[in-house]
Amino acid sequence: MSAIPKHPELSQRFNADEPRVDWHDATLWWIREKRDKAAHTLSEDWEALRAAASAIKDNVLGNLADYLTEFESKALANGAIVHWAADAAEHNRIVLSILQEAGAQRMVKSKSMLTEECHLNDFLAENGIDVVDTDLGERIVQLAEEPPSHIVMPCIHWKKEEIGELFHEHLGTPKGNADPQLLTEAARQHLRDKFLTRKVALTGVNFAIAETGEFVVCTNEGNADMGVHLADVHIACMGIEKIVPRREHLGVFLRLLARSATGQPITTYSSHFKSPRAGAQLHIVLVDNGRSQQLGRAAFRNSLKCIRCGACMNTCPVYRRSGGHSYHNAVAGPIGAILAPNLDMSKYSDLPFASTLCGSCSNVCPVKINIHEQLYEWRQELTRQGKVDFGKKMALKVMSSVLSNPGVYRSMGKMGRWALRNIPGMVNNSMNPWFKQREMPEAPQESFREWYLKNRK
Amino acid sequence: MSNSRDQILAKVRANQPQDERPLPDLGLFPARTTELLDQFMTILTLIGGKVQRVSNYAAIETHLREHPYPGRMVTSIPALFSIAEPIPAPSDPHALANVELAIISGEFGVAENGAIWVTEANFGQRVAPFICQHLAIVLSVDQLCPNMHQAYQRLQGKDYGFGVFIAGPSKTADIEQSLVLGAHGARTMTAFLMDN
Repeated sequence: MSAIPKHPELSQRFNADEPRVDWHDATLWWIREKRDKAAHTLSEDWEALRAAASAIKDNVLGNLADYLTEFESKALANGAIVHWAADAAEHNRIVLSILQEAGAQRMVKSKSMLTEECHLNDFLAENGIDVVDTDLGERIVQLAEEPPSHIVMPCIHWKKEEIGELFHEHLGTPKGNADPQLLTEAARQHLRDKFLTRKVALTGVNFAIAETGEFVVCTNEGNADMGVHLADVHIACMGIEKIVPRREHLGVFLRLLARSATGQPITTYSSHFKSPRAGAQLHIVLVDNGRSQQLGRAAFRNSLKCIRCGACMNTCPVYRRSGGHSYHNAVAGPIGAILAPNLDMSKYSDLPFASTLCGSCSNVCPVKINIHEQLYEWRQELTRQGKVDFGKKMALKVMSSVLSNPGVYRSMGKMGRWALRNIPGMVNNSMNPWFKQREMPEAPQESFREWYLKNRK
Repeated sequence: MSNSRDQILAKVRANQPQDERPLPDLGLFPARTTELLDQFMTILTLIGGKVQRVSNYAAIETHLREHPYPGRMVTSIPALFSIAEPIPAPSDPHALANVELAIISGEFGVAENGAIWVTEANFGQRVAPFICQHLAIVLSVDQLCPNMHQAYQRLQGKDYGFGVFIAGPSKTADIEQSLVLGAHGARTMTAFLMDN
């Protein structure tokens, strides 16, 4: 039934190289620590900022239709052209038609997870359009013909030696050279030529302001601005949930975003686009693609508050040890695991189970999404919908009857401890998924209950 | 094809929660420091920017003559036309491709993150602060605000076609998290902090 590989199998592939997993794990944890330090510099305000951000997004979700029409009318008055796309296919068709109207066969694109979600690059390639991703990390995975593995750091799973090899092949850098400075300079020269020669530039949107019709794009590299200000046509693609009511609310979100994402006080560039440059065109594509449906699911609508900082991934013990590609979705990690089943419950039925429910994601989320609670909710919803495979369902049934029956629980515990001591081969084998990448624990002589009964007084 | 706009809006209207969800009061984020200049200079240096204290435009000119940039220099500041050519009025932005140094004026800085607010009114050509190899922004020392809330208070009701907070030079850490300055935008960014 499941012809496409799911999270357990994909993680197993990632885990084949153990030192690499350790390196990946440590890299992401280091970013989590940078986030903590940045949050602590605002210790007096941090929790109040998270609460304010969450409340602003609550207000947005409750008034989204009005904010969208307000944004639209202001954007039109500013001279932008506004498009609406019900789904990924319509979004892709709109972008293609803008390119065709401009007579362009080539385009530069800065980071947009929405276009990843819509598989825009594949669609445009099929229609003869050459798309160059200009964020360095995205360019690296594009040259490698891979999707990004992280929403903020697309090639976090790549080692510099591998990037050196890739650039040697594609950009002619010296063989064996893996110096990040040299490789970045090579990409700068390579992409500068693209910026200077493309007539159409596509960007994502971090925040769109209903009050003014402007939108904000945050980058460190400056690639969004280099693309847009040199092109005749700017296409900005945004999910309908990116709206914030007023410009002053950016103060809250821009204080949280970069600190949560990478531990920086702010990204190098926070660009506010209000009207098109004289003589140029500005197209804004508002995309639903399942968001209005998620808005109607009371248990899951808070996932629409997400500002795509990636903090939940950096902290997640499962993400760090299974890699972004194991989530087989444009947005990986805990937030991806609650967004994806909304789009396709069968295809993504595995993702809410790719979690320990430890709650670390919810603790770092700058907009206070109850991510781990939603993961738990999705498990129940997917089981009700019959999307959970038979083996898992039976295992959980057995577990449930054991845990609700103290007599059975005690005798099973006894048997388990005996088996671990006397026939360890029965559990220390590849049939037991808990044995993978783990040593089984040493079994104690008695259970806590037995010890307690003897020692209480 | 049916009208996606109306369909999306109808679906959003039907599905959005109906309970009262008031916007929060942002008055609860006051300034946490009075040492704005110190904090601004410390943070901007930390994120890779350079800071030069100057007393007037003549001091900037002297500084640039002592530390020359090997190539084309452009500026939007008339007081510096003696050392740099004016940024050409809106024309083809590609004409700025060979600019070595662009000098523009900033409206205000933000102490908590080292960012400087500039709009296209400050530099004429939108691409100017990005396409140059090196960027310098002139900022009055008395134009500093503590945090982003105060920054947006200053922008309340202000109109601009394009505006940007710039915090340091262009950078990336996409290759194994090694920080490299000079990704696609300016390789260096200098703030000339000018006394009044």
